[in-house]
Amino acid sequence: MNADDIFKPYLMKIERVTEETPDVKTLRLVFLDEQEGKDFTFRTGQFGEYSVFGEGECTFCIASPPTRQGYIECTFRKAGRVTSALADLEAGETIGFRGPYGNVFPVADWEGKNLLFIAGGIALPPMRSVIWNILDRRDRYREITIVYGARTVADLVYKPELDEWAGRSDIQLITTVDPGGETPEWKGKIGFVPAVLDKASPSSRDTVAVVCGPPVMIKFTFPVLARLGFAPENIFTTLENRMKCGVGKCGRCNVGKLFVCKDGPVFTFAQLQQMPQEY
Amino acid sequence: MAIETTSIKRETLEKLFSNWLSEGKRILAPKKLGDHVDFALVGSLAEVSLDQVQTVQSPKIAVFPRVEELLAFQSTDGNVQLRERDLAVLPETVIFGLRPCDAAAFASLKAIFDWDTPDKLFSARLEKITVVGLSCSRADEYCFCTSVGGGPGAAAGSDILLTDMGREDFLLEIISEKGRQAVRSVSAGLQPDAAMDKESRLARVTPAFTVEKISSVLAALFDDASFWEKQSLRCLGCGACAYVCPTCACFDIQDEGGASGKRLRCWDSCGFGLFTLHTSGHNPRPLQSQRWRQRLMHKFSYMPERQSVLGCVGCGRCSRACPVDMNMVEHMRAVAEAKP
Repeated sequence: MNADDIFKPYLMKIERVTEETPDVKTLRLVFLDEQEGKDFTFRTGQFGEYSVFGEGECTFCIASPPTRQGYIECTFRKAGRVTSALADLEAGETIGFRGPYGNVFPVADWEGKNLLFIAGGIALPPMRSVIWNILDRRDRYREITIVYGARTVADLVYKPELDEWAGRSDIQLITTVDPGGETPEWKGKIGFVPAVLDKASPSSRDTVAVVCGPPVMIKFTFPVLARLGFAPENIFTTLENRMKCGVGKCGRCNVGKLFVCKDGPVFTFAQLQQMPQEY
Repeated sequence: MAIETTSIKRETLEKLFSNWLSEGKRILAPKKLGDHVDFALVGSLAEVSLDQVQTVQSPKIAVFPRVEELLAFQSTDGNVQLRERDLAVLPETVIFGLRPCDAAAFASLKAIFDWDTPDKLFSARLEKITVVGLSCSRADEYCFCTSVGGGPGAAAGSDILLTDMGREDFLLEIISEKGRQAVRSVSAGLQPDAAMDKESRLARVTPAFTVEKISSVLAALFDDASFWEKQSLRCLGCGACAYVCPTCACFDIQDEGGASGKRLRCWDSCGFGLFTLHTSGHNPRPLQSQRWRQRLMHKFSYMPERQSVLGCVGCGRCSRACPVDMNMVEHMRAVAEAKP
């Protein structure tokens, strides 16, 4: 983060634009100032404020892992004014980035454990950072299971990476689409993520679960994880409250006395149980 | 430093005004503007209105303007140049004649802007203000400073505190080094305090509730949806309370002027439904009752816990400004009497 001015963004060049779905794009960004790029560090789970000058800022996680340096990536759905402007940009253009903000997934604490990742729709990006972080240090972790679902086949993001994970023998990948969202060629599951997880029934033994998805998916996934024997402190998720400043001042992301931008976005289910239902 | 008590004649105060102006300082003071009194730049003591209970707006505009530029950008052929604010040009400002409640509010604002990562624009503005408070000789039914740790003659937050002793005489208390510097040019005109009875000139504000009780009840009251619904039924969600509040600091960030324009910080309010609305349509605080709860919890529970300062100074502006007559004192009493 820019130490002298919390609102001054880094200038970033769009190096590559990837169309993930008709309305979801991934941007690979590199620092225009080489020294800023060298000095920049972040950890998995953190987020930033991305800006199109003249349109405004919007908040996304950093979707690339800190184990891959020299660039950061963000993945977003074209929805409002800023994301629409962002989606119209091409490689070579300049945007602003403030960050990294927020806390992190404690990946060092998870060494020696099994990991279960559960993601829905556009919430795979925050998890992709941690998944690649883990995969880049694969020998430090035991079994890795990924359950990923989207409304339709077209809505699945990172398709080449899903193919890569599906082809690896050291990952168990389960993909699913909501009923009606399948295509004739679809070889994955059909069903909502909580139901597919319930059926797969992965073991909770020595396992940490990471859940990212729309609020409704998270709501129905927690009981399944509880049934599978996951302790609340071994279930991690991220909250995605609306933010403007990213540094605990603008007043809109708080859940009770906690700031999602400072105390989160990563929380355990045990923490959520102690927090007001305001997210 | 120990508070130094002296007295000053109105004519010396007038001299002080012209000295401040000739030193290049701006003076922001209560001024009669049509049918109301508000903070405005003044050129002499004669322009200052001293007898109102309270101004409509608070003096927070001196450190947190309604809209201010965070940075500017210039885009030429795909190249973007950023232009940061030049903090050196921010004006030295004397805020004169603000009430002790308003003076106390700067500590709450500082707690919000400077906790964790300091906001340099706010800090620079705060550094450049000199706070000359004026004790209250009158109060109205909306005032509740004594319930939140303040008082009609409280010194906290002021660099200098004046008390109008009548007959063109003011008691002058020098509270900080900044205050001492501000009156140096007239120090020969300051008279020793001739046993002036400050207390006798102060308004009486009877405490209406105790903060400790409120804070402890609030924490347990969060999930009582029916309480909050009942308390906020009248609320229009207009945000007037936040705009006149001397401690409310929630803001929005917006760009203006196209690709070669400015990034602005603008006042916002937790009373608005859009404030927390997600892109997906999900809203963590969809109901006005939840937003009213947020307003009270933030000021009386979250801020004391996270930033060790209350988010309320008891100025009563929210109650005076409310178009549907929601009165903070009555709401605090309801909280105190609630059985969570």
